[in-house]
Amino acid sequence: MSMFKVFDIAGSAMSAQSLRLNVTASNLANAESVSSSIDQTYRARQPVFAAALEQALGGGELGGVEVKGVIESQAPLQQRYEPGHPLADANGYIYLPNVSVVEEMANMISASRSYQSNVEVVNTTKQLMLKTLSLGE
Amino acid sequence: MPNLDDSLGVHVLALKLQAHRGEVLATNMANADTPGFKARDIAFHTVLEQYQSGGGNGLRLTHDRHMSGAQGGPGGAELLYRTPTQPSIDGNTVDPDREKSAFLENAMNYQSTLTFLDGKFKTLKTALKGGQ
Repeated sequence: MSMFKVFDIAGSAMSAQSLRLNVTASNLANAESVSSSIDQTYRARQPVFAAALEQALGGGELGGVEVKGVIESQAPLQQRYEPGHPLADANGYIYLPNVSVVEEMANMISASRSYQSNVEVVNTTKQLMLKTLSLGE
Repeated sequence: MPNLDDSLGVHVLALKLQAHRGEVLATNMANADTPGFKARDIAFHTVLEQYQSGGGNGLRLTHDRHMSGAQGGPGGAELLYRTPTQPSIDGNTVDPDREKSAFLENAMNYQSTLTFLDGKFKTLKTALKGGQ
């Protein structure tokens, strides 16, 4: 029964979205992690999604989503003059991560909505399959 | 004597098509956040009409070395691209609300087809038992 593939497809999307939530949590948690040099400062991370098309399985162009990797944002870091800070460098500067809290919140909501949609797909498909099993009773 | 498939009519293909469409729509939903992904769908009514007019895709195999030209889906269902209403800047054309309503509509249609098939089975059972 070909409908089993829906579970794989929606499952891959749920796993990708939960990874996106994890990355967002990491970014938000480290939004205030200051350091004393540019190299050591935390940079915002983003997952890269790509469609996983399983043409080899004869299923045409259907497939779930795969995470190609997690990239670090190349946006400039914030530099702040705080000579009294324990982590300040020789010139009195501290470096803050390039995490945009507003962007991360929007990302989080988008990820949780997408996750919910896919849970709904799995639930609906499960009901349909149960009904199919009881056919002719 | 007609076989079992004949007595079930068009509902067998309809069920297969609806299961396939469920997969297509699930793929769209899964890739709602994938850059560059284009939403797909199948033209359910067109495929069903082609089947009922008995013609497949209008091509016939007249030689055993001809390729069938059949597309991936059941009944030669061709994967088409959805016309985007609000394409996003990353090239993604999935509208989650549209996909969600299409998926639920497809689920309802699938259940209707199951009900029709159930009726057919009941009729066959009654015929086999001779009304007892």
